[in-house]
Parts: sequence; C-alpha cells; structure tokens
Amino acid sequence: MLRYILIRALSLGLSLIVASIVIFAVIEVIPGDPASFMLGLNATDENLAALRADLGLDGSKIDRYFAWIGGMVTGDFGTSYTYRVPVSDLVLDRIWVSLPLALFALTLSTLIAFPIGIIAAARRGTAADFSIMGATQLGIAIPNFWFAMLLVLVFAVSLQWFSAGGFPGWDDPLAALKSLLLPAIALALPQASILARVMRSALLETLDQDYIRTARAKGLTQGQAIRRHALRNAMIPVLTIIGLQFSFLLAGAIIIENVFFLPGLGRLIFQGITQRDLVVVESVTMLLVFAVILVTFLVDITYALVDPRLRRK
Amino acid sequence: MTLRSVPPALLIGAALSSVFVLLALISFAWTPHPVDGVTIANRLQPFSPTHPLGTDQLGRDILSMLMVGAQTSIAVALIAVGIGVALGVPLGLAAAANRGSLLDEVIMRGNDLIFAFPSLVIAILITARYGPSATNAILAIGIFNIPVFARVARGGALPIWTLDYILAARTAGKGKIRISAEHIFPNITNLLIVQATIQFSLGILAEAALSYVGLGAQPPIPSWGRMLAEAQTMIYTHPMLAVLPGLAIVLMVLGLNLMGDGLRDALDPRLRRAR
Repeated sequence: MLRYILIRALSLGLSLIVASIVIFAVIEVIPGDPASFMLGLNATDENLAALRADLGLDGSKIDRYFAWIGGMVTGDFGTSYTYRVPVSDLVLDRIWVSLPLALFALTLSTLIAFPIGIIAAARRGTAADFSIMGATQLGIAIPNFWFAMLLVLVFAVSLQWFSAGGFPGWDDPLAALKSLLLPAIALALPQASILARVMRSALLETLDQDYIRTARAKGLTQGQAIRRHALRNAMIPVLTIIGLQFSFLLAGAIIIENVFFLPGLGRLIFQGITQRDLVVVESVTMLLVFAVILVTFLVDITYALVDPRLRRK
Repeated sequence: MTLRSVPPALLIGAALSSVFVLLALISFAWTPHPVDGVTIANRLQPFSPTHPLGTDQLGRDILSMLMVGAQTSIAVALIAVGIGVALGVPLGLAAAANRGSLLDEVIMRGNDLIFAFPSLVIAILITARYGPSATNAILAIGIFNIPVFARVARGGALPIWTLDYILAARTAGKGKIRISAEHIFPNITNLLIVQATIQFSLGILAEAALSYVGLGAQPPIPSWGRMLAEAQTMIYTHPMLAVLPGLAIVLMVLGLNLMGDGLRDALDPRLRRAR
C-alpha cells in the first residue's frame, strides 16, 4: 500500500511540474514580451523598463521559472499588477466563493444522479428508464451557462425568488447559500446527467453478475439485491466520475461565476485577462490546476484503500 | 443493414445535426437578411414574416445570425476534431505497435496528465494570452482532442495486434508502419467515427463557452456563444434573444450525441445483442 501511495505521489509531483511548465510557457515563453502585452499600446519605454524590472523579466527564463515556482511553493503568488496587492490575498478572498460553489454543485449532482440512475437500472427497458435516459441526453447537451441564464430568467426575473447575481458574503450563511443555489444548480445539471448514466450502466453491469443471480435465487427481491450487493460493487466507476467531475466543476465555475457576478476565482481570472494582469492569471490558473490534480490523486488513493484489487496495478 | 435495423437514435440525431449543417451551408450563399447590416431603426423586433425570429439590439435578423453562427460553431469544432484525428491517431497507432516501449509509456502518461488538466482553464489561458480569435479557439480545443484520439486508437489497435492475420502479415515481411496503415487503421475506423462524433459535440459546447466569455470568434463574425453573451444584458426585457441561440446549441449537441450513441450501436454488433 505504501509503495502504491509513493508511486502515485511521484506521478502527482511529475504532473505538477509538467503543468507548471506548460502554464509558464503559455504565458511567458512563446512570442511576445509579457511586459508589452500587459501595458498594451500605452507603453512608454520607461514604463516598460520599470515593469520588466518589477516582474524580474531581465533575468533568464529559467531563473524566472524557478523564482515563480519557488514563490508558489512558499505561498508567495506574486503581486497583482493592477491591484498592487499580493495575489495570495486576492485568492484567499475569493476561494470562499469558488470552493463552496463547486462542493455545493457536487453534492447536488450526486443527490440527483444516484436515485434516478438507480431507478433507471432497476426498471431497465421500461418507460421510466426511457424517460430518464432521454432527460439525461438533454441534460448533457445543455451548456451550463445557458441553463444558468434560463434559471435567472425563471427564478429571478419572472418569479423573483432569487436575486439575479452577486454574493452577500458569509456573514449571513443562509443568504450566502441562497445566492449560490442557482449557480450550483446550473453547474450540477450536466454533471448529474453524466453521473446518472454512469450509475445506470455500472449497476446494470453488476446486476448481470452471477452473485446477483445467487442472491435472487436465495429469495432476495430485486430491490434487496441492489441495496445489499449490487450498489456497493457498482461504486468504483461512479466514484471515478465524481472525482473527475470536481475538475469540471471548478473549471465550469469560472464561467458560471461570470453569469451570476460571483466574486470567485473565475471572476478573478477574467478580470486578470481583461486587465492583462498576467501575474494574476498565471498564478490562479496554476492554483486551479494544482487543486484538480490533487483531487485526482486523493481519489486514486481512496480507491486503493477501498478496493485492494487496485493496489496491484 | 436494412433501414429497420438502424437505431432510432441514429436517425433522429442525424436528422437534427443535418438541419444545422444544411442551414450553415445555405448561409454561405444566402441568408434572409445580411448579418453585417446594422439598422438601429429595426432593433428588437418581435417575430414577424420579415424577421421570423425577430431582430437583436442592433437590428440584425436573428435567423440569419443563427445560420451564420452555425458556420462558426461547426467549423471550429470540425477543425478541432481534424487536429485530434490527424495527430492523435498516428500517435495511438505508434504506441500500440510498440507496446511497452518508452514511446508507449510517454504517450500514455502524457495522456493521463492531460486528462487531469481542467481543459477549459487551459483553453481560456491560451486564448487570453494569444488574443481571442476563432483560430486560437480551434487550437485550444484541438490540442485536447489529440490525447483523446491517441487513447482510442491505441485501445482499439492493441487487441488487433494479437490476431493471427497480423502475425501472417508480419511473416510476409510487412513492417509495423505498413501493418498499422493497411490492417489496423481500417479496423478501428468505427471506433474513431463514434469518438469523432462525441468530440464534435464537445467542441461545439467548448466553442460556445469560449465565445460566450469573449474568447472565441470576434465581431463581426456571428457566433452562438457571443449572441448569448450580448443577450444577457437584455434578459429582463427581451428574453427570446437569450433563449434562441441556446436552443440552437442544445439541439445541435443533442443531435450529435444521439448520432454518436446510434452509430456505436449500429457499428458494434456485440452491443446490439445486449439491447
């Protein structure tokens, strides 16, 4: 087991190194000087020189890469060029919107997907199965930001149950959760559709196994067989998808935050992009990628703990 | 295969997607109204015989915009799939032909890595740094198609390499490249077609997302995603402007997904039995 964790950890470290090189290359290496990109057309020679010195652009690219990574590791994400504050402060402000939003959406997605996936599998081939599968096809095809706009249209504009956007802060937890509800639903719908389909097919596969036939032969009903035997064994693919979905949710949140004007990491990246604040864009992107890769690692380790068969791989 | 045995999903999906492809093709030659014509006097018209789907805030005909927008969506997604196939399939075939080699290892590890990447974030990063444009959107989406096709090609090719007729071909003195091209590739085209349909629909969604945040095709090129973004400020007064482009995206993607499912069932006889 320890060996398995070590190998996975090694691959985690390798992934992070490659990811950081890719991000650094996209931002700083390939054509164009970041300083002139950031200052745009208004750049004077003195401004450019000052910014280059500020960013440490005078050093070699390799030095800069290590300075950046060294900073990231010690919690120094650089200083935002537009806000003139450390990027880490900006991130700490906003992570309390993005992270709860992603977790909220993940919870909703799971709560929706499990029952409907199980019903579809248990009633395979019936009208219920057919309509659930049809609905999930639709759910997968709907872009989440458009679904978000429809939610705003119905619940904020017509019914006026919710405000169309903004975030009141966590001082009033109920109001905060309420403002995250529509965004979380918008994020959860396509993910729930995918998850329900995975749940259904994983369950159908286990229901075909001999031990289920044995259980039924002993007199268990279909429902009992699903609850006691099939569900637990169908969980591996389902958990894999839940782990992967966290990454989609974090990335998807970037766009949804813009629909609802939520002050999260996604808005931070976009503000960084419009203000050409590359320091913010670079560090926040790296942070998001780090979060995603870390979650994948944790999911892998959890499996190996749950299912000894996976450790041997 | 008779028409009767064609899965209904394939028929419905193919019909839906062809409608949009057809609209896009027609729009090259003709649209009900020009899409670059700004007539403020005509702005925000309701549905009418002259403007079947109304006009937007600049007086442009929505139907015409949607038709030309289909061009953008389809072109971006199609070229992105092309990039994935052109680069991914040879990589996957090479990995399968040299199973267990360093090349195979590197390709598969690289794959795992890219799968762990939040692709949309990187696409946003690329388009943001190199300037928003349809070309950069294509590149950003296409790059992530490469590992997908490499994986599918490798997975499809591996079992074929163990078959007797491959052994026969090797005995006849054919090299790995020739065997891959003449025997392996024709046998995995079904898999690739199904995957291409799926990636095509994902590409349409990704293009819509990128242009919604302003990082896709730039004005005056109409695109569904940007139509949605522009409609957002007017959602209180003119909700239809936000509903129609979204509906176009959903129907197109739904059509492609149904087609992909249907193709998989039609092309894989083993699955047909299970139904």
